[in-house]
Amino acid sequence: MPLFHDEDQETLADTVAPFMADRAPVSHLRKLRDADDPAGFSRDLWREFGEMGFTGVLVDETDGGLGMGHVEAGIVLEEIGRNLTPSPFIGTAVGAVEALRLADPALKEAWLPGIVSGETVAALALDEAARHRPQRVALKAERQGNGFRLTGAKQFVPFGHEADLLLVSARTAGGPCDEDGVTLFALPRSHPGITAQAERLADSSLAARIDLDGVDVDGSMVIGDIDDGRAVLNRVLSAVRTGASAEMVGVAGGASTMTLDYIKQRKQFGRIIGSYQALQHRAAHLYAEMEVARAATLKAQQSLDAGSESATRDASVAKAMAGMASGLAVREAVQMHGGIGMTDEYDVGFFMKRQRVLAELYGDADFHADRLARMEGY
Amino acid sequence: MADSAAADDLEDFRRDARAWLENSCPPEMRTPMRSEKDICWGGRKFTFASDAQKQWLEVMAGRGWTVPDWPAEYGGGGLSPAETKVLRQEMAALGCRVPLQSFGISMLGPALLKYGTEEQKQEHLPKIVRGEIRWCQGYSEPNAGSDLASLATSAEDKGDHYLVNGQKVWTSYADEADWIFCLTRTDASQKQGGITFLLFDMESQGVSTRPIRLISGASPFCETFFDDVKVPKDQVLGEVNDGWSVAKYLLGHEREMISGMGGRSQGPSLSDFALGKLGADEQGRLDDPVLRARIAMHEVRSHAFAAMSERFMDQLKAGKIHPAQPSMMKYYGTELNKDRHELLMAAGGSDALEWESEGSGEGKAARAWLRTKANSIEGGTSEIQLNIIAKRILELPEG
Repeated sequence: MPLFHDEDQETLADTVAPFMADRAPVSHLRKLRDADDPAGFSRDLWREFGEMGFTGVLVDETDGGLGMGHVEAGIVLEEIGRNLTPSPFIGTAVGAVEALRLADPALKEAWLPGIVSGETVAALALDEAARHRPQRVALKAERQGNGFRLTGAKQFVPFGHEADLLLVSARTAGGPCDEDGVTLFALPRSHPGITAQAERLADSSLAARIDLDGVDVDGSMVIGDIDDGRAVLNRVLSAVRTGASAEMVGVAGGASTMTLDYIKQRKQFGRIIGSYQALQHRAAHLYAEMEVARAATLKAQQSLDAGSESATRDASVAKAMAGMASGLAVREAVQMHGGIGMTDEYDVGFFMKRQRVLAELYGDADFHADRLARMEGY
Repeated sequence: MADSAAADDLEDFRRDARAWLENSCPPEMRTPMRSEKDICWGGRKFTFASDAQKQWLEVMAGRGWTVPDWPAEYGGGGLSPAETKVLRQEMAALGCRVPLQSFGISMLGPALLKYGTEEQKQEHLPKIVRGEIRWCQGYSEPNAGSDLASLATSAEDKGDHYLVNGQKVWTSYADEADWIFCLTRTDASQKQGGITFLLFDMESQGVSTRPIRLISGASPFCETFFDDVKVPKDQVLGEVNDGWSVAKYLLGHEREMISGMGGRSQGPSLSDFALGKLGADEQGRLDDPVLRARIAMHEVRSHAFAAMSERFMDQLKAGKIHPAQPSMMKYYGTELNKDRHELLMAAGGSDALEWESEGSGEGKAARAWLRTKANSIEGGTSEIQLNIIAKRILELPEG
């Protein structure tokens, strides 16, 4: 498959781009932030995502979705990134849908229709410490009759306070650092014993700290194999890492479009500042980094869609590369804007803050470079 | 239906190509190249390193597969972009060496196909495919480097021929080449608009070369002198005074070739090399945490750039590429390759500093490291590539 969008994918992009720019531009985020909106995103917009088919992009057609792939999900995410649209898309339409693929029919039936229609929000509850270490799971799931009792805490769960469905990794065997012995659960957040405390992050999005205080669940809420949730967890992680990469490509694109526009009109010393070589070379270097990040991201999307063995590695390469390139994009954006880039009134700072959150989400560039090194045996 | 039929045809092609390669590629040509000495350049003066190298060139040239995507009427393989990609994949899977490398293939050929007369194509392209004529590139001059269009080598109109006088520099392998493609000045009153692209035999009366010794100790480049060299008028490629168009088109292909040097297929794995030198700790991690981190960060970029190269080639073949995109590839690929050699030197430590010892392969690491410094100078410096990206892709204003 050639490493560029085919005609259908270009058509999809031509649909998504004006929709997102019209319905949820940066001013939409600003409005939610200024109102201190307790949800942190718009449920109405989420339903519109459902009407447009976006939330079901990865859901099989037999389950009511569009039956498309990660390339197409990435097209939606790139526009979400470009417009800084607050949305539970990655956790729900990518993470939860990817997990539910491997779930029993009853679980699919319980959750997929709501996701497809844009009624249901899902969140991934995987991290337990400030740094992403998904294999380190201390949250316990002890066997109780036919089910389990879950006790422990998770953090950095985007939209966890608003989610209807929580996907929780829990320890069913072994010690906190063991690779094996982890099981993935799909829990309704309304289940007794679950509390979610929303924390406002730097980018004004909300991520929850979640406590599970002896939550009783039955075996039907397990996704994948008991004690061997690593397989499904890795699959979900590769998908959301690739998704976050696409969103970062969009954030970088949005920030650098603003910046290029600015340096093409701002004058100092009687000249357009974009005519100075000092800025031109930095802008051109950034362009190269962004192109490479875009290629790595598309590669990871295609590998996921093809079920390729290299998908795990490609996802780490994409997350690291997109993290580095988009980080450079937002830093250059603020610097090249000068003083105005430091003001809250101007939008460019929002891009810097969003990029920082996305870079951290599901592992930053350091995490993924280290992971790549382990995979390659050094 | 059409798609699946095409996919079936492609799989048939893959099967046939693999079977033929397995049969036809000598075992010695299925081992990694040990050094630059194993590269087959072809040409009148070339000495084959082995019988296997000669045989491999001949069988591949026989099918036109030395240049698989050129039209069959000019000796090429006549393969579609998809088939060419499959052939390269199969060659890589079997470990087949590139049978022939040349500036004729990577640089002049594409320009001949676009700008050449039918006679010129018939005359030159088959000889390139068969590795019979080795070409060199006469572009840079002592006073025309990054500002290439200020070149001064003159071609004076003498009725039925041009009389060429002047000097070129950094002419790669001029002392081993058979023919030169050369930028000359035919109109001194215009800069870009007064340049003409000439093709001529290096054995012509009045051509002489002098190798330049580089910091690596090698002499891959020459100074090339022209003293009243007669060039027949039918050896102009493109229009008179429009050589700059040909030159720029060709530079795009040169940049693709040089940017390919950043690909992951080149040379030994960086991490394997470092593990061999430094060993691993109890957890199997390279036993130098800071160097390990630097290598890992490099490898992220290297994998990502491999994807970029694949995307670039796919877009190029589909005609979906910005004309200045080769500048981005050239810039990124060469900078990445320089970084890789810095890391190889760091991993090699003092062993890698030895210049002449047998154990160091006569300073292979150090000489290769120094050689890479030219990657971001030749074919347009990194700074020139950034200028091109800034102006032509980002459309930033002139200074």
